Amino acid sequence: MMCRLKPSVGGLHLVLTLALAGALFLAPAEAQNRAERIVSVGGSVSEVIAALGAADRLIARDSTTNYPASLLALPDVGYVRALSPEGVLSVGPDLVIAEAGAGPAEAVAVLQAAGVPYVAIPEDPSAQGVLAKIAAVASAIGLPEEGKALAASVQDGFARAAAQAATVTSPKKVLFVLSMQGGRIMAGGQGTSAEGILHLAGATNAATGFEGYKQMTDEAVLAAAPDVIVMMDREGDHAMSDADLFAHPALASSPAAVNGAVIRMDGMLLLGFGPRTPDAAMALNAALYGRG
Amino acid sequence: MVALPFARSMPGDRSARAAMLFWVLLAALGLTALLSVGTGASGVSVPQVLGDLWAGQPISTRDRVVLLDIRLPRLAMGVLIGAALAVSGAVMQGLFRNPLADPGIVGVGAGAGLGAVFAIVLGGLLPASVAAVAGNHLVSLAAFLGGWASTLLLYRVATRRGQTSVATMLLAGIALGALAGAVTGILVYLADDRQLRDLTFWGMGSLAGASWAKLLTAAPLILPALALAPLLARGLNGLALGEAAAGHIGLPVQRIKLLAILAVAAATGASVAVAGGIGFIGIVVPHLLRLASGPDHRWLLPNAALLGAILLVLADIIARLVVAPAELPIGIVTATLGAPVFLWILLRRRGMMDL
Repeated sequence: MMCRLKPSVGGLHLVLTLALAGALFLAPAEAQNRAERIVSVGGSVSEVIAALGAADRLIARDSTTNYPASLLALPDVGYVRALSPEGVLSVGPDLVIAEAGAGPAEAVAVLQAAGVPYVAIPEDPSAQGVLAKIAAVASAIGLPEEGKALAASVQDGFARAAAQAATVTSPKKVLFVLSMQGGRIMAGGQGTSAEGILHLAGATNAATGFEGYKQMTDEAVLAAAPDVIVMMDREGDHAMSDADLFAHPALASSPAAVNGAVIRMDGMLLLGFGPRTPDAAMALNAALYGRG
Repeated sequence: MVALPFARSMPGDRSARAAMLFWVLLAALGLTALLSVGTGASGVSVPQVLGDLWAGQPISTRDRVVLLDIRLPRLAMGVLIGAALAVSGAVMQGLFRNPLADPGIVGVGAGAGLGAVFAIVLGGLLPASVAAVAGNHLVSLAAFLGGWASTLLLYRVATRRGQTSVATMLLAGIALGALAGAVTGILVYLADDRQLRDLTFWGMGSLAGASWAKLLTAAPLILPALALAPLLARGLNGLALGEAAAGHIGLPVQRIKLLAILAVAAATGASVAVAGGIGFIGIVVPHLLRLASGPDHRWLLPNAALLGAILLVLADIIARLVVAPAELPIGIVTATLGAPVFLWILLRRRGMMDL
């Protein structure tokens, strides 16, 4: 082909120009080498992918993925920490995006040996962590522009949530009750994502002195004297009426009981630390301080 | 296998039956192994891959990984661990002359469980240098050390003036189990949500993490123990008469006890370390075989190795197919399928075996 064009310098020039134009035109498509069959492992990673508008490129998800609800129709490759290597391979992925700590490590090693690109996304329950997660996921699926846009809107959301939280003059003391199985109050202590969302919403955590989600003794709950109780929205057996809640001796005399102040929100929205977290913070703030 | 020549000289129907059973089980294990390598969520087919090889076509990376790095190590680990658990159970039931004995009775289970919980919950607190060396094997290592430590402790507690009392060992094992349970409870209390789920999954066992590296760490402990077990067969047969009688007919009772306990601790400890808690195989396989072909350990031990391997490999096939592309913890499969079958056999043959 080159031989035929060689006599004409103008022709060569034309070919070069065309080649260059072609290269420029093709470059983005080739650089991305876009993964079209993605397995998402980890609820918040799936949420970010959906928020980036790439839900149609997902072919399977893990069992912690539950938002948006449409993703539940995808095949489930199991719990994030107990993946089956052949199971993941069987859906024919060209990319696996997983939150850091997915495993077991042997399964991840086998996936990599099989030539499936595997990207681990760092986890950190904070505003910065959410932004970093969005950037990492967006770059992994070749949507850096969409990632920047989503990160900007989420950052904007955090700024608005912070502004809204800053208007709070006297923060309320909130007790996050994870469950009340058998009358035992499991509360969200320090360093939990429950405490994280309470702070973002301009409230203080009434449960202090312990880390993680732990059972609190009745006297400690009494001493904590929460202004408001926050719980996860549940159906069926876990649902608990306000009357049942405030019949608990440790809560009966609390300010929350006196005012009947209970807020119920979706668990994944409240504790998931994904793109919806600013909305969750603002909704919680509005519910706490009576704004709409 | 060492027991075979002796067994041939043994008169009676049951010996012939046990010998036939041995060959039947061997053939069944072969078929099960083929089934295991041939089935999986990805649908990679062995005949097709072999056909491609024959035709000189290259095999895709994916197919090679599925067959060589996923299914084969899983099969090998299933065979090894199934055999280890079943033989350990048979040895313990013989040693303790107690039908309720299982590999966990010498404290391996409780100790290994405690070790694993320690590693899962407190592993993050280790200095980075230690964590880097132990890496992903931390849980396995801790489980194995925990299993050995508790076995040695029990042995020391139960041994006085060179004599080990199996009754003391049994009781001390219950006490140690309760203590390990309490310490485990404290660690569970400290665990966060993710660690709790890790603990739950570990306790139900799985071969999903099978790899050649894991196999190479477990095999040097399990294989010698399996090779040692047939050498104990005559001793265990003698012990069925009672310890005093066994001593009177010239058996080295104390040495048999020590070897049996060490073999079980090595085999079970290594199994639990790489595959987590897999129940049922150890206690039930020996009973099934005694019902089928009598209590002679010279046949019971090799047959238990085969049947244990078959059952665990079958359970693994089910575990990875039922909820594909996810998979069930294998301990769930062994118990949900095995326990009812065992109950049914007990009901049918009630009275034929004196428990």
